Amino acid sequence: MNADTDSLPVAALRRIGAMTLFLVQVLARIGPALLRPGLIVRQIYNAGARSLVIIMLSGMFVGMVLGLLGFDVFQRFGSEDYVGVLAALGNLKVLGPVLTALLFAGRAGTALTSEIGLMKSTEQLTAMQMMAVDPVRYVVVPRFLGGFIAMPLLAATFTVIALYGAQLIGVQQMGVDAGAYWSQTQNAVDLHDVWEGVVKSLVFGVAVSLVAVYEGYHSQPTPEGVGLATTRTVVISSVLVLLLNYLLTAAFLRTH
Amino acid sequence: MNEASDAVVDVRDVAYTVGGRPIFDGLDITARRGRITAFMGPSGTGKTTLLRLITGQAYAERGSVRVFGEEVSKMSSKELFALRRRMGMLFQNGALLTDLDVYENVAFPLREHTDLPEPLVRQLVLTKLHAVGLRGAARLMPSELSGGMARRVALARAIVMDPDILIYDEPFVGLDPISMGVICRLIKQMNEALGITSIVVSHDVQELATIAHDSYLLSQGRVVASGTPAELARSDSAEVRQFMDGLADGPVPFHYPADDYRNELLNGGPK
Repeated sequence: MNADTDSLPVAALRRIGAMTLFLVQVLARIGPALLRPGLIVRQIYNAGARSLVIIMLSGMFVGMVLGLLGFDVFQRFGSEDYVGVLAALGNLKVLGPVLTALLFAGRAGTALTSEIGLMKSTEQLTAMQMMAVDPVRYVVVPRFLGGFIAMPLLAATFTVIALYGAQLIGVQQMGVDAGAYWSQTQNAVDLHDVWEGVVKSLVFGVAVSLVAVYEGYHSQPTPEGVGLATTRTVVISSVLVLLLNYLLTAAFLRTH
Repeated sequence: MNEASDAVVDVRDVAYTVGGRPIFDGLDITARRGRITAFMGPSGTGKTTLLRLITGQAYAERGSVRVFGEEVSKMSSKELFALRRRMGMLFQNGALLTDLDVYENVAFPLREHTDLPEPLVRQLVLTKLHAVGLRGAARLMPSELSGGMARRVALARAIVMDPDILIYDEPFVGLDPISMGVICRLIKQMNEALGITSIVVSHDVQELATIAHDSYLLSQGRVVASGTPAELARSDSAEVRQFMDGLADGPVPFHYPADDYRNELLNGGPK
């Protein structure tokens, strides 16, 4: 039972268990937390609106690269019309949700962790407990919900902008015929693909937000402790997102 | 005077260990109604841990901790929250909520626990802020306050629910003499004007002597002396003298336990 001497798999299992228990705690308090919508709205603004610029900028570049890559690959087979298909499927199913989640972990996740960690190290959380206010309900749940709500919206924004970026390169710059570009895209993409992206961004939203609030809430209440917790948020949530992405991609795969 | 019924906080024969190291072993302490009780002692003697036991943030491994006659460790979390609503606590650095301004910090317990109309909240908040001399600072953010001001705001917040007990955790640490005097006077005032039972944890002997009715000197997990500050000042026990006179060496050793000095220097120490 000594956390210092655990081997890596045991430590990982222990953390997964602790996070699951924490998730249960958080979920149990969502009801009471909804009575204070103001707190949640503020967190949606913090996690969502403040991440918007970096998400849009990144989406643009990723879309443009897909346009270039698609053109480069497909012109070798004389089928440049398919650039739109690659961009649409790649963005909707994988790149939109995954890259948004990774950027979100770096931008909003770290902010959540360090904010909660600092509140802990300055005894604000203990002070709340002493004022008979549950810090999980007042501090953790609104931040978790804010992240959970903001993440899919950001992923949608990312995807739309990336699609625009891809057509900017594919159609406007490389001269793929716009009619062919869009009709091929329309033929290839169906609702199932959109759902894949939506489900992924919801799952990633839970994962990144949970890791961020968990690490903050359980950080050592010292300057080093908060720094380490912030690092762990990025590392754990990034790996978790990539792992979950694989599992979900496999689950959504249909053989035609 | 009936001492038993008079005890607001009653700690009996408490043992508590952290990571195998005993913090308390057989601790007995009483804080009586309407009085200022001081817990003094060198750093690391578990003064803050004692507060955690009293407020139900930690539980004793042996013995009993009773507040208002109720055993803290047997309380449900609901009862514990009800108990904490009767307590105000002043943290070392104030622990103000950094995203709320001074006014909202003081209003925070009211907004969380009551349904009072805004004009009444305003009146209560301004009254308490006026009592600590910071009515004019109502719209400042915590980051704009000095250490002493932050602690006064925290004091206003601690009394806004009219608690029966006020707990001060190291209220004098890091303050300039003026702020120290202000806090000292406020502690006395709160106790006299509102009849609040006060518990002060500190190692500032001089300050405590001017305000405390009862004091305990803790060292190495137990009470080494108790009585009025004047009694403590007259005591000739070695532990009391070391603490009161600030002697570097004594029952609390200057040297952290180590191997023989000569051996370590000459022979490169134990391999």
